[in-house]
Amino acid sequence: MSDSPATVVHGEAHAGHNPALLHHFATEEQQRDSASFGMWIFLATEVMFFGGLFCAYLIYRRWYFGDFGAASKSINAALGATNTAVLICSSLTVVLAIWAAQTSRRALMIVMLILTMLFGVAFLGIKGIEYKDKFDEHHVPGPSFSFSNVPIPGHPNQYANPQHAQIFFALYFVMTGLHALHMVIGLGIFAWLLWMAWKGRFTPEYHTPLEIGGLYWHFVDIVWIYLFPLLYLIDRHP
Amino acid sequence: MSDHSKSSPLATYFAVWGALLVGTFLTYEAALLDLGRYNAAVALIIATTKALLVVLFFMHLKGASEKLLKLVVASTIFFLILLLALSMFDYGTRSFS
Repeated sequence: MSDSPATVVHGEAHAGHNPALLHHFATEEQQRDSASFGMWIFLATEVMFFGGLFCAYLIYRRWYFGDFGAASKSINAALGATNTAVLICSSLTVVLAIWAAQTSRRALMIVMLILTMLFGVAFLGIKGIEYKDKFDEHHVPGPSFSFSNVPIPGHPNQYANPQHAQIFFALYFVMTGLHALHMVIGLGIFAWLLWMAWKGRFTPEYHTPLEIGGLYWHFVDIVWIYLFPLLYLIDRHP
Repeated sequence: MSDHSKSSPLATYFAVWGALLVGTFLTYEAALLDLGRYNAAVALIIATTKALLVVLFFMHLKGASEKLLKLVVASTIFFLILLLALSMFDYGTRSFS
C-alpha cells in the first residue's frame, strides 16, 4: 500500500504546506480558528472564575457600604491609576507585536514583546509598593490587622467597623493577588513567545501562539479595568 | 480571525490606546466628583466601554470571521449576568441587614 495514490497525494501535500500546519487540520485558517476558539472558551471559564469574586465583592459592598468606602480610601489610587495606564500600554505593545509578525518585521516584534514584558514587570513592581504600604499600615487581614478610628466618607462622626473593613482588604488582596498571579503567568508565556520570535518561528502565515498569548494578556488587562474603579475609586470625592 | 494585513490597522490600534488612556483619566476624575448614587454607575459604564474597546479591537472580535467566537462571548456575558443578578436578587431581598 506504500505506493497507493492516497500516500502520494499526502506526500505532495506535505511538501507543499507550511510545516506548522498539523495534519489533523485541513487548512492553516482552520487550525488558527480552532486555536483561538479554544482560547476564548478558556477565557469564558476565567470570567466565571473572577466573576465569583466580583459577586462576593458586590454583596459585601452593599452590606458594608460605608466601611468599604473608608477602607478603599486608604489605598493609593494614584498608584492604581498608573498601573491601569501601564497595562493599557502593554496591551498596545501586544497588538503591535502581532502586527509586526503579520508584516514580517521581526526586529519590531521582538522589541514589542520585550516592551510588553517590561510593562508587566513595572506593573508588578508598582503593585509591590502598594502591598508594602498596606503591610506597613497593618491593613493585611490577620492577627495584626488594625483599622481603628477611620471615619466613614460622608459621615465624619461615624467610624468604620474594623471587622467589615477587614473583609474589604481580604477581597482586595485576593482579587489583586489573583490578578497579579495571572500577570506572572502572562510574563512566563511572553518569555516563551519572545524565545520563539527570537528563533524566527513566527511568520505572516503562522503566528498563532502570539495571537493566543495576546488574547490572554488582553483578558488580564480587562480584569484590571474593572478592579481599578471597584477597589480603588469608591467614595473618593471629598 | 480575519486577515488584517490588507489595510494597516495601526491607526485603529493607536486610537483605541488613546481612548483607553482618556477613559482611565475620566474614571479617576469622575470618582473625585460627588455624584451620589451615580458614582458607581459612571465608573462601571466607563469600565465597560474600555473593556468593549479591548475586546472588539485588540482581541479582534470585531471582524472575526468565526461566528462561534461571538457565541462564546455572548454566552460568557449571559452566564456572568446570571451569576451576579440572581445572587443580588437573593441577597437584596433578604430581611437581615
